[in-house]
Amino acid sequence: MAGVVADPKNHLMASGHTACAGCGQAIASRIVVNAAGKNTIISNATGCLEVFTTKAPQTAWRVAWIHSLFENAAAVASGIEGALRYLGKLDNINVIAQGGDGGTADIGMGSLSGMLERGHDVLYVCYDNEAYMNTGIQRSGLTPLDCNTTTSPVGKRSYGNPRPKKPLLEIAVAHNISYAATASVAWPADIEKKVKKALSYKGPKFIQIHVPCPLGWRFDSSLTLEVAKLAVETGLYPLVEYENGTLIGVRKIKPKPVEDYLKLQGRYRHLLKSPEALEEVRKVAQANIERYNLSVG
Amino acid sequence: MYPIEILVGKPGSSMDNKTGSWRSDKKPKFLQKECIACNMCFVICPEGCIAGNGPNTYTVDYDYCKGCGLCAYVCPKKDIVMIDEGEEL
Repeated sequence: MAGVVADPKNHLMASGHTACAGCGQAIASRIVVNAAGKNTIISNATGCLEVFTTKAPQTAWRVAWIHSLFENAAAVASGIEGALRYLGKLDNINVIAQGGDGGTADIGMGSLSGMLERGHDVLYVCYDNEAYMNTGIQRSGLTPLDCNTTTSPVGKRSYGNPRPKKPLLEIAVAHNISYAATASVAWPADIEKKVKKALSYKGPKFIQIHVPCPLGWRFDSSLTLEVAKLAVETGLYPLVEYENGTLIGVRKIKPKPVEDYLKLQGRYRHLLKSPEALEEVRKVAQANIERYNLSVG
Repeated sequence: MYPIEILVGKPGSSMDNKTGSWRSDKKPKFLQKECIACNMCFVICPEGCIAGNGPNTYTVDYDYCKGCGLCAYVCPKKDIVMIDEGEEL
């Protein structure tokens, strides 16, 4: 990306959107649409991204973009793909469906599964900020273990969210799709590379991007990239790539203590006082490290 | 009901919102001394309001900057600093 003229007019997602300061999703979604290029049609699920980019009657998008409902971004994209296929224009136009973790892993799970199973030539991008941020930080299927949200509050008998994070990437891979990957906003060039690579495949593909939320996770807006980086470096958010169901790459790490990641965020503050809950989170990181062989050397 | 031309928004019309007014505390200052034009600030700016062409030319559009501080964090040369909103550039 170095060496390119830095002109905001070339961004396919314009300034003036109403995301919070330091929003990880705003960074990632711009990188995704810029990587896909202007011959792109986006179908967007309900969520923060839809709300902050399209304050009617304005829009931040400089590509064709449609929002219908919370649950049907993948179904709408399937229809767009079908129409382009009929018109013989599919070779020149990318179709992207995108949504947050709630719109993807909970509410839109059925239509996502259908899109993957029917084999539509669509890239689905899930921006994972680990709760329903738009409506006020309610727990979603992608909220990690022991995380404080407004519907999984911390108290005398609770460490927060009692359930582990849904293995969304594995669910997508189980559909035997051509490409599936996780990415993190801390590595913008990696997102760009993965989007371009995904779009080079025919058929359905899936990318899940970790996008910290300063407001919902309660950290300072200047720490978005630091928090994203530590999630990966502690083993809590492994960056992996699958091609036709086979693991083809992982980002190797020198595992850091999970506390380094947790202590920056208000949503995990309670864990630092309770060693047993902290141990549970450490086990999640350890399981990831072993499963994907993340450690260097 | 909205007429159809309002339902179909003009591309990039969010530029009408001058979100720079949201800034309350800090704003970035581009020192333009050590810049190597790595483009990282341009890429990670959540507002997409940083521009430049070559070393020591990068600037931010204060009409849109919300003052998050990520450009200062990401700059490998520490050539972007956060200063108080009221301070002169």
